[in-house]
Amino acid sequence: MRESLAVIWAIGRKDLLLETRNKDVIVAVSVFALLVLMIFTFAIDINQVNAKLTGPGILWASIAFAGVTGLNRAFALELEGNTLEALMLAPISRDLIYAGKMFGNFLFITAAQIIVIPIFAVLFNLAVLRWEMLVVSLLTTIGFSAIGTLFAAMTIRVRAREVMLPLLFLPVVTPLIMAAVESTSHVVNDSSWPEIYQWIQLAIAFDIAFIVISAFIFQQILED
Amino acid sequence: MTKRDPLFAIKVEDVVKSYAEVMVLRRIKFSLQPGEVAVILGANGAGKSTLLRILAMLTQPDSGSIDIYGNDIAKNGPQVRALTGSVLHSPMLYTDMSVRENLTLFAELYRLKNIDTLIEKNACKVGIQSRLDHRVRTLSHGFQKRAALARALMHKPQLLLLDEPESGLDSRSVSYLENVVEEYRSSGRTILMTTHIIEHALEIADKAIVITDGYVHLESTTTCLNKSNILSAYSHTFPKTSGDL
Repeated sequence: MRESLAVIWAIGRKDLLLETRNKDVIVAVSVFALLVLMIFTFAIDINQVNAKLTGPGILWASIAFAGVTGLNRAFALELEGNTLEALMLAPISRDLIYAGKMFGNFLFITAAQIIVIPIFAVLFNLAVLRWEMLVVSLLTTIGFSAIGTLFAAMTIRVRAREVMLPLLFLPVVTPLIMAAVESTSHVVNDSSWPEIYQWIQLAIAFDIAFIVISAFIFQQILED
Repeated sequence: MTKRDPLFAIKVEDVVKSYAEVMVLRRIKFSLQPGEVAVILGANGAGKSTLLRILAMLTQPDSGSIDIYGNDIAKNGPQVRALTGSVLHSPMLYTDMSVRENLTLFAELYRLKNIDTLIEKNACKVGIQSRLDHRVRTLSHGFQKRAALARALMHKPQLLLLDEPESGLDSRSVSYLENVVEEYRSSGRTILMTTHIIEHALEIADKAIVITDGYVHLESTTTCLNKSNILSAYSHTFPKTSGDL
């Protein structure tokens, strides 16, 4: 177990190191998400009533769309140097490569959210900086990373991968986006934890199911 | 774990591989004993690199069986990969990381101990000590290839797979490669390599495997008596063009 965690950490840390040098993914994800937020702020006349109504949906849609941009880039790096094959030469199971790449993507999306969510809170004047929001954000990011890593690997060698990835990713994450939007709505409306937890449960179930399924399918993708 | 016939370093039986309609390998069959240095010869497109990729477990064969040091590669993937080191066409290094960072990453993936010492030792073996802290992107192709060789040697694999290792290397780099081959031979470990430089290959190898159109055309030791047979078999691997007629 400890050795497996060390391998996952090594792959995730490598992605983070490359990102600190290139700043491709976090910048792209954050700027894209902020642009979507800004466009909606101008498009809709935001007031205290409709901010609570539309804000959560706009937030998670912007993060989901921006996430796709980052996921595309994260795997493109492995393709450039053919380094995914170097990882495949190591005596580790393919699940650990999947978990390592997923961990890297999780870190990128989380870093982007650290920038985006406070700006969202200011633009929409909503109190989202609460611990419940931390749970919602964590679970949603895990789900995005789990599915995004799988589909990014699937489309890595497809010529039109920039188009294919959102076409595969967005329909599958729709239940997770629903759970995130609903629970964020409860957070901004100051609802009680049991009300938020109803939707949190859906996110947990989604994350567990897709981590297991994705890890299994990822092995088949690499073997092919 | 499925262990079979540990007398062979590699035992390949009836391996078939095709890409779409093109059959690249047709019932390939050969074996190597521990300590042998073998070279695979053949024209472009003969299936040499595909065979090496299958042995490195990057590509799956359509059928057939492969044992590496008694391990069936279809069943014991991680164990076989721990026994194998590979340098294929591309160096497969992270170009925005230094050589040291690359070697450290792979040492961690191989769960090695005393990583710093190992890096220094293997860098010395391939002559890249002075380039350890340079980013791979800034290195010449030759140095990148040496770094890839250092990575393949880090975990002291029993079997080294080299795909045209001398391509793009200067004479100094080739001498480092020859030292590695000699070290492997003397320590009873095995090397399987592909090359197009046949004279050099016959000098350093104990065995030659000539592949033509996906078949093993000749499997022979490289003694003086056999060299002319190998050269003849190799010359037959090239398809006749109208210019040859």
